[in-house]
Amino acid sequence: MKGNMSIEIVDVIDTSTVFAELSHPHSGGICVFLGAVREFTDNEEVLSLEFETYKIMALKEMKKIAVEASEKWKLNKVIIRHAVGAKNVEEPVVIVGASSAHREACFIACRYLIDTLKERVPIWKKEIFKNKSVWVSAHP
Amino acid sequence: MEILLFGIAKDIVGKSSFRFDADDLVPTSVSELKDRLKGSFPEFGKLSSLAVAVNSAYAEDSDRLREGDEIAIIPPVSGG
Repeated sequence: MKGNMSIEIVDVIDTSTVFAELSHPHSGGICVFLGAVREFTDNEEVLSLEFETYKIMALKEMKKIAVEASEKWKLNKVIIRHAVGAKNVEEPVVIVGASSAHREACFIACRYLIDTLKERVPIWKKEIFKNKSVWVSAHP
Repeated sequence: MEILLFGIAKDIVGKSSFRFDADDLVPTSVSELKDRLKGSFPEFGKLSSLAVAVNSAYAEDSDRLREGDEIAIIPPVSGG
């Protein structure tokens, strides 16, 4: 499994390579989740998002999540890739995906990958509005 | 002892890292570090959560801190 994991933090996410990266002769199913910048938060217009990371730790946590997923389900390939820096509306910011013999394993693994990334991986997102900026989830 | 700061923690302190020097009382555990931070910067007490990483892994409150460890303050994460 090790050689079949791609874990990266990048400046720009290239969505066009994902099929080739997850494709595998033993995989009949490929599932991908892609997160992008949304224009509105609570009816307020978001101009852009800014992501920063503690990269060495983020990569370690992302790898742990990929390993956990491949221990829970039989996966042939896994990718977890997150972007950093300033991102505009509709730009991709995160992509996770898995491929497996049948669709069930890759669907459930894909959900685990993104949900766990959001809980644990040290990446921070700031929403830039017209008159203010807010670190997301910082305060209750 | 150098402490790395990210996200809102960087904004609260106003820089991306700071040092406890030998003359200061250097915190010896994760919980002591958190208490010191909240004492010096009450904004830390208002966050949804506050974690500390030692050598790039999440640490428990009872974990000891040693000179030479890479220590980072992890405010609530919001990737994805």
